[in-house]
Order: sequence, then structure tokens, then C-alpha cells
Amino acid sequence: MSYHSFLLEPISCHAWNKDRTQIALCPNNHEVHIYKKDGSNWNKIHVLKEHNGQVTGIDWAPESNRIVTCGTDRNAYVWTLKGDAWKPTLVILRINRAARCVKWSPKENKFAVGSGSRLISVCYFEQDNDWWVCKHIKKPIRSTILCLDWHPNNVLLAAGSCDFKCRIFSAYIKEVEEKPAPTAWGSKMPFGEVMFESTGTAGWVHGVCFSDSGNRVAWASHDSTVAVAEGGKTAVCASLTSETLPLLCVTFITENSLVAAGHDCYPVLFVYDSNKAALSFGGKLDIPKQSAQKGMSARERFQNLDKKATTDSKEAVLESVHKNSISQISILNGGKAQCAKFCTTGMDGGMTIWDVKTLESAMKDLKIV
Amino acid sequence: MSKNTVSDRFRKVDVDEYDENKFVDEEEGGENQQGPDEAEVDSLIRQGNLMGALQAVLKNPPINTKNQNVKDRAEGLVLKVLSSFKSTDIEKGVQSLDKNGVDLLMKYIYKGFERPSENSSAVLLQWHEKALSAGGVGCIVRVLTARKTV
Repeated sequence: MSYHSFLLEPISCHAWNKDRTQIALCPNNHEVHIYKKDGSNWNKIHVLKEHNGQVTGIDWAPESNRIVTCGTDRNAYVWTLKGDAWKPTLVILRINRAARCVKWSPKENKFAVGSGSRLISVCYFEQDNDWWVCKHIKKPIRSTILCLDWHPNNVLLAAGSCDFKCRIFSAYIKEVEEKPAPTAWGSKMPFGEVMFESTGTAGWVHGVCFSDSGNRVAWASHDSTVAVAEGGKTAVCASLTSETLPLLCVTFITENSLVAAGHDCYPVLFVYDSNKAALSFGGKLDIPKQSAQKGMSARERFQNLDKKATTDSKEAVLESVHKNSISQISILNGGKAQCAKFCTTGMDGGMTIWDVKTLESAMKDLKIV
Repeated sequence: MSKNTVSDRFRKVDVDEYDENKFVDEEEGGENQQGPDEAEVDSLIRQGNLMGALQAVLKNPPINTKNQNVKDRAEGLVLKVLSSFKSTDIEKGVQSLDKNGVDLLMKYIYKGFERPSENSSAVLLQWHEKALSAGGVGCIVRVLTARKTV
């Protein structure tokens, strides 16, 4: 895996372009910087300045090459590349609190923005007025929407919220698409319909992700749990309490395996067994450098015993690649079905690219099913 | 200096009560929760069966009830059981619990910290150390994020 330190401040959010040669990220301020890979260096080629508040979400549509950004200034902008510069188009979201996350739909004809106004704005382009219009999903959301993910059918949207629930909504816009076929989550999908609502989670839902088929949805919440729900006549939920600090982001790398990362600064693998409807811990995915084991002198031992009441020689140094919480994880190659590489960015201003094959061979008991 | 002659009672108004968007937790039927069975736990302690007493006292936690007395009684009972363990047996006691049991134990431990008595904190700290090695920091996070607790 390769680690690149972009900044000293946290990377608020990032998005990759289609061929993974460019990355757009927000360096914890009002701008979006686009870096281009040049050999082993990253050069800043564009700076997108339009937002008046911190940029909280970026998504780069691979086919149409448009970037959508949203920020704490309650606005979203859709950027298109004209010649050598990115030109913004304002999207009025009609929200009165900050926007928190944004995602293009799989067909890239709409995008959804989650905000602190306790609603989701689903935006689509109206040809007649040459303008982006938005529709709101309000009920029954009772707090900020923290994360979003689209179902491959371009209609269903999973949303994780601060009211301790992960829900799947229908974001069907009749102006831009036809009626969707029935899915595992239901067959009637009018706009704003709740197809699934989780129960039993006790913390804010930080990250949510649909599997490649769309039949499963996983979410990570602030009470240090990860859960997977499988759609069907009655949705089957499996959750796992973990012994680590809360996880902030989660993604499927195959239909049965998830990778999640958070405040513990290293990605973790989880495996879902659909026969038993159970989620299990697969392994820690960080390969720490073996620090030289220094022998402890007797004097050091006594000092430790005096200061910390323990003879442990463990220093308070983080051995993982990321030195601070990982806030976002994105798939680079292989899609959610057979991910070969994924990328994590965090509050240490660094970005790490993880290679699944290398991880599998480096950790003996790791099995990615 | 000028004197304020207008009433300042408005400063004591709880504005959150009037917020129509205020988040209200879902009500879950907690009227029947009586907490652990006092008689059963007492008899197990007297018999010297501390492992059994630990399992018994962690049954029926009064999580959903609004009755503060039930919660206080349960906490007192748990403290009694925890204090009657020998220091060397604490680790075995924690090992005998499943994941949910360790989470529940941690909730009671932190509840016990809130109102320290004679020797309770020392005993609770020993239990805390063993519960932490069994449940990890995730266990403590769940105590902090739980909306309904013992």
C-alpha cells in the first residue's frame, strides 16, 4: 500500500475521476483542490473556489465527468470542465442548515445531498429551464443526514442519520426516469417512500453502503457497531459490536466482505455470512512496521511503575499508516463486487491506497470471500 | 449605576421544551421491568455461589423503565455482588459473561462511579480493568452512546 501526505490539516472529503489519475479533495477550507498523478508525485492542477463555507462533500461522476460539491454554506455546485477550467453552476438546495454529504446517482442524472436540515435534497436537471431543481425527502427523518449511498437501480437511496437510524428511501423522479422494477426492498417506490428502517442501533450512523447487487446494505454507527441488512419479504438484520473505537466509513469490497475504518486509524475487514445471517470480524488490515524492540533497563522499568503503575513498555505511538482518524473510504478498482484497490483519507491529511491482493497475502488468516 | 427594573424570569425558561423539532426518544414498554430478583441474588451470595450471583444480578436490567427507584435498587444489588468477589476471582467472573453481559456490566460500573460510597470506587476500578480487557474501548463507547441505560 502507498501512503501520500497531502496536507497537515484533515482532508474533509475526496473523490476520484474515472481513470483514477486525478483526485479532488477539500483541504479543510472553502476550496476544492484537484491533484493529478505524475509518476510518483501529485501536482495540484486546479483550485475550485466558489463555496463560502467548508466543503463537506465531493463526488465525481465518472461518465459525464462532472463534479458536485456541497458545503456548510448551504449550497451545492455542479462543476463542468470547459476547456482547461472547471465552471460552477449553483444548485439551490432550499435548506437552512449545512449540507453534509453528496452523491451522484449511478446513471448520473441526479444527485442527493444530505443536510443538517433533517432532509435529503434530490436534485435533477430540468431541461426546459436549464436549471437544477430539487425535491425534498423529509419524513420521517428527525436529525442530520450524515451519509448517503445509491442503489444500482438509480432509484433507492440509503441514508444514515443522527437520529440513530439507517433508512432506505425511494428517490424516484418521474421527470427523468421510468418506473423501476421491483427489488428486494419492495416493489412500490413512490418518491420519499421508506423502504427500510433500521432498529436497534444506538449511535449516529456515520457510514452507509449498498452492496454491488443492491440487496444488502451495511452501516457503521457511533456505538462501535457495524450492521448488515439483507432485503427480502422481511429484512434480515445482522449486527456486530466491536471492541474498537467507532467506525466512520464502510464499503463493500465483495458481496460478502466489508471494509470499514474510523477513529482507530486502520481499516478493518468484516465478513457477512448470509446462511447464518451473521457478521463476523475478519481482521485488521494495517501492516504496522515492526518497531525495533528496545530492551528496558531496570531503571526504566521502575520509572514506568512509578509513573504509570505498569511495567508495559508500550509507548503511546500509533503504529498504523494513518496517524489520525480515517474519515472516508473509496473504491478505486474492481467496483463493489471484486474490489482490487481502495483508498482511505483521514484527519492526518494523508491518503493511502490499499491493494487487496497484497493484504490477502500479507495476513495469513485473512480471507475475503 | 442603573438598576434593572424589568423582570428577568425569562432567563429561567427552558426553551428546549417549546422546540417543536425536539427529538423525543421512542417509548418502549418498560413498566414491567423490575430489575434483578433481590431474593435470588441474596441467597446465591449467602451460598457462596458468586458466579451464579453475578449471572443472576445481570438479568432483567431496568433499562427502559422510568422508575428511578427500580434503577437505584438494581444498582445497589449489583454493587453488593461486585464487592463480594475476591480480587483474584474478578477476571474469572468477567470471562463467564457473554458480549452483552460485559456491556451491561460496564454500564453498571459507570453508574456506580456516579455515586461513590465508602469502598465502591476501588472495587469498581478493579472490575473496570478486567471488563475493559474483555470488551475493549468499544464497550465503553456503548456505555457513552446508550440512550437508555441502567
